[in-house]
Amino acid sequence: MKNVKVYGTSTCAFCVKVKQFLKDNNVEFEDIDVSQNAERVQEMVEKTGQMGVPVVDIEGEIIVGFDKERILKALEL
Amino acid sequence: MKKTYDLIIIGAGPAGITAAIYAARKKMNCLVVTLDIGGQAAWSSDIENYTGYQFISGMELASKFEEHIKKYDVEVRENEAVKEVWKENATVCVKTEKNTYFSRAVIIASGKKSKTLGAAGETEFKNKGLTYCATCDGPLFEGKKVAVVGGGNSALDAALQLLRIAKQVYVINVLEELGGDAVMREKLEVFKNVTVINNAEVTKISGQKMVESITYKKAAKESELSVQGVFVEIGLIPNSDFATGINKNEQGEILVDAQTQTNVPGIFAAGDVTSVFEKQIIIAAGEGAKAALKVFRYLTAFGEKI
Repeated sequence: MKNVKVYGTSTCAFCVKVKQFLKDNNVEFEDIDVSQNAERVQEMVEKTGQMGVPVVDIEGEIIVGFDKERILKALEL
Repeated sequence: MKKTYDLIIIGAGPAGITAAIYAARKKMNCLVVTLDIGGQAAWSSDIENYTGYQFISGMELASKFEEHIKKYDVEVRENEAVKEVWKENATVCVKTEKNTYFSRAVIIASGKKSKTLGAAGETEFKNKGLTYCATCDGPLFEGKKVAVVGGGNSALDAALQLLRIAKQVYVINVLEELGGDAVMREKLEVFKNVTVINNAEVTKISGQKMVESITYKKAAKESELSVQGVFVEIGLIPNSDFATGINKNEQGEILVDAQTQTNVPGIFAAGDVTSVFEKQIIIAAGEGAKAALKVFRYLTAFGEKI
């Protein structure tokens, strides 16, 4: 199982969708609500150099936005 | 032999999805090509005027739309931007980034997108503190200073959302006074941490890696405000660039008649991308239904078997 993190907010439609997509594919992930945690915002900004959500981190491969194809590729699904 | 659909729908916001549902129920062989599902509705915060729902968030409504379309056997291709639409004899061709599709009829329901400021640094700082979606990105600015650019309802809505999160909100408005609904302006007045700057034009967004300040010009004098976030809410433009050869109005909206027909037979349009009176979720949905039913009549008039 790959180490997967999702950085998002509860009000962003694509964050909800990306998490649902991972669940549908039986992928376990750490769900990080950046609106509740300034330190994790900083962590996300350091990783990506930007503040847009969602951000998916799959074993260090960073995907900004809900990009199904890239997520599946990174997960080797 | 190339595959020819009965109908291709461009866009999957309220207009496109409703058109697809009606098309599916008429057993049309239908393809939906879209960047995303839900369109602008997904980005709205609170919706209180969609019949049947006294209150629903944009996100919830968009996922209900998605559930509804998935109930039917409609082919949906997401993440695909349309580049060109043209007609070859009786066939309408739709070229996307990935493919070219053919159909007997097309409904353009590609909606609208946020207008850009045209200020220096805007592209550079996009998603680096500058954003076009307060609902999505607002929560990241807790305790920070932010600027909302604009003075209409969407700017007021963004400001009201941010006032609950940010330390200080500047509203930078190009006009003499704020527009939008009186109800919204009254809500804004309750807050102490808001400063409205009228008659001001944003000229520059600056910073090192992330946004650190915004510069505006007022009465020929430039001023700089220290902010970590900039929310651009200055209105919308139609996603109609790909629709060359189709008549549009000055705003770039596709001109349609009362039956959603454009000037090109076989090409129809619905929702916010069109010149229809008023842009509302429920109006877009209604127009989408109309367009699909009109396409059905258009195809059967030619003796097409569906």
